[in-house]
Amino acid sequence: MSTPTYHRFETIIVGSGGAGLMAALHSSKEVGTAVVSKLYPMRSHTGAAAGGIAAALSNIEEDSWENHAYDTIKGGDYVVDQTPVEILCREAVECIYDLEHMGLPFDRTPDGRISQRRFGGHTRPVPGNPSKREPVMRSCHAADRTGHMILQTLYQQCIKQGVTFFDEYHMLDLIMVEGECRGIVAIEIATGRLHVFHAKSVLLATGGFGRMFKVSSNAFALTGDGPAIAYRHGIPVEDMEFYQFHPTGIYRLGVLLTEGCRGDGGIMFNGKGERFMETYAPNMKELASRDVCSRSIYQEVRAGRGVSGKDFVYLDIRPSTINKYKSSPIHRDGLEVDDHFIESRLSESLELSRTYLGIDPLKEPMPIQPTAHYAMGGTPTDFDTRVFRNAAGEVVPGLYAAGETACVSVHGANRLGTNSLVDLVVFGRRAGKAMAQYAKSHDFKEIPKDAAVPTKKMIEGALAKPRTEPWVRIRDELQTVMMDDCGVYRTAEGLANARQSVASLKKRYELTGIQDKGTIFNTGLLEYLELGCLIDLAAATVASAESRKESRGAHSREDFPDRDDVKHFNHTFATKDGDFDVKIDTRAVDVIYIEKDGQQVPKYPLEVRKY
Amino acid sequence: MSEELTDPTKGYLSTRILTVQLKRYDPEKDREPHWQEFKVEARPIDRVLDVLMKVKWDQDDTIGLRKSCGQGICGSDAMRINGQNNLACKMLVQNLKSDKITVEPILGLPVIKDLIVDMKPFFDHYKSIMPFLVNTDPAPTTERLQTPAQRERFDEGTKCILCACCTTACPPFWGNREYVGPAAIVNAHRFIFDSRDQAASERLEILNDAEGVWRCRTVFNCTSACPRGIKVTQLISEVKRALITGVLDMPQEAEVLA
Repeated sequence: MSTPTYHRFETIIVGSGGAGLMAALHSSKEVGTAVVSKLYPMRSHTGAAAGGIAAALSNIEEDSWENHAYDTIKGGDYVVDQTPVEILCREAVECIYDLEHMGLPFDRTPDGRISQRRFGGHTRPVPGNPSKREPVMRSCHAADRTGHMILQTLYQQCIKQGVTFFDEYHMLDLIMVEGECRGIVAIEIATGRLHVFHAKSVLLATGGFGRMFKVSSNAFALTGDGPAIAYRHGIPVEDMEFYQFHPTGIYRLGVLLTEGCRGDGGIMFNGKGERFMETYAPNMKELASRDVCSRSIYQEVRAGRGVSGKDFVYLDIRPSTINKYKSSPIHRDGLEVDDHFIESRLSESLELSRTYLGIDPLKEPMPIQPTAHYAMGGTPTDFDTRVFRNAAGEVVPGLYAAGETACVSVHGANRLGTNSLVDLVVFGRRAGKAMAQYAKSHDFKEIPKDAAVPTKKMIEGALAKPRTEPWVRIRDELQTVMMDDCGVYRTAEGLANARQSVASLKKRYELTGIQDKGTIFNTGLLEYLELGCLIDLAAATVASAESRKESRGAHSREDFPDRDDVKHFNHTFATKDGDFDVKIDTRAVDVIYIEKDGQQVPKYPLEVRKY
Repeated sequence: MSEELTDPTKGYLSTRILTVQLKRYDPEKDREPHWQEFKVEARPIDRVLDVLMKVKWDQDDTIGLRKSCGQGICGSDAMRINGQNNLACKMLVQNLKSDKITVEPILGLPVIKDLIVDMKPFFDHYKSIMPFLVNTDPAPTTERLQTPAQRERFDEGTKCILCACCTTACPPFWGNREYVGPAAIVNAHRFIFDSRDQAASERLEILNDAEGVWRCRTVFNCTSACPRGIKVTQLISEVKRALITGVLDMPQEAEVLA
């Protein structure tokens, strides 16, 4: 392996999904910026987000950012930092207009404004009866390709602005000196050459890590490289126990059928043909939040009420069904749903069902089951995306994180649908601005000449090791144990088993090598290294789940079925402790107080979370 | 639910042995591309991508291919399967006509390794047609207005995922790699017919060039190759028509908002 190639940019952005590109647009306006990504632009998983992006525009129904904030905090089961949530919901509105001005092809209302629709967990007080809440149209959409359109629009703007891209460069290390981040080391996939990127500020925007679970909606590429590499440098991961399982994954494949299906009136049935959500969420039914719907499906299947006694239920979006239950918002206007309406609003889901199930959703219901979807946890940051080095909130100078990679935390224990795209654009933008600001007020600091040596050794080690077993087997076992013992439902026993399994898988992983010894596009090597990231994050996830002895949001402990606001109203920080151990700390939730009758009271008081 | 419904478990129950003919090329080892045959057990519900990954993971880790989303939206795994361009993640084993499949890289772009081609020339063509909204008026404080009909006018092109299936199925592109190709024209169309955009004439000028839209011979390969079902040839024809007539076929003034 030859000497690494040296580059110098004021800011380096790792990842070219929504958060990365948004940051790049803002950072590159002010300072020299480069985007380093293991995928070609437009290949990132932001593109798979279907349903929409939430913002209280009030284009169809009266709404407010405060309503959005209330829903986000309740949806997250209250372990949500409230200052960043208010930022999220306020800035969502201007970010949507920004995106529209950039050319994003939002669907339109008859009067030419951005169209909005309902989505799970998004509500407003009922006009005239404010103690009750009803679903509200808050999700701005571009067919059911909203994420794809966002990715497209941001990339187009990056081309317009001449942003520098290093396509198919895979980050393998952070350059950390004296507790500061001063750059990254990456491998150029096409040549196998190492590159050192010297920078003043670095953004981790590498997406999630759903590939640690067996059934997942996530792309193959979502292996948590950013959080895992930071974790190895002693930087904690926050709230890893909160992992969202989306209720409507395609049977066994895990690919997602958008929540927009339910927003537009789709109904879930068990094997007996019962609309089971009436039991679990009498008010919101199918539009209860995702964790609630996923658990309901599990309960039905466990009780033997899956379809034919099997492990799936149906999602029915046939116009005849929707009209029978009058479950579409258009019924309020005295209209009926027809095939054309469903085709135009949900074309992607129809296509997915036809391709992967051979089922036409206009004629038959679709078999679905919960699928691992979204990490609420990740690398901890403040609301300017600056990374925390510890639970006390001290920052790592020069290091930033945004998007699914990060835990701000605006999603708490459970993210609402359409809030991930808002998170990307709002905090991507804040990241770009904050990084540029930091770069302008700081000088480049020295990096060691041998900055790439640990990476070089890691690669040479992987290539030199004998292949004691296929690494794929280790990955499959990891995914199975995480799905079974650290999935929708968890117990002390299952988690202990997961902890031991992950530790033994890590040992086996370190023993075995790979078959491909080449330098050009050695995807075997990269997948092997990605698996290493997943194993480390799985260990942190299991330890975090063991420490939280309560049920909250997406984290359901069968042995501790209730929420415990006395012991667990806090965030979990997991830090690497030696090779296998994980140290757990907690951090208080950021709560906003307001004055009421001369007293300081919480602005968003704790409530029992019911839908 | 009493009606006869499709049983989704069926596709997982049986398997069959597929013969995969794979075009291999590793510049570190091979002077020329060559074919290699693999036998692999596959279920009806498996994607061709699953079949290839199974071969890679179980038999030969050195096989080079790109993949990411696995659901037809990221555009990473365009390849030539049984002589037709498609995304490997959008083809199921149960839809294959025989137990033998041939898989090779898409044509017209330099091969880097096995199924991986150099996408740079393709993206350079894309970038050449100004693939971004141009509007120099001061932005309003809220959204720019657009009627549903105006929005619908350019919808087709927004479905593009830049996978290169169309361009690398195009005989004129095979013959002349300077030709911008169908994907770039589709993306130009997306902006030319967007009521908010102000650079239609500049884009049309670019496409009027010798390497522009007139290279299209209406072969329709692009349309049949598009995994997103975009009516590529039709969009190209609309651009040609705009160049010939000098008129953009846009929704009528009456429908346009003030």
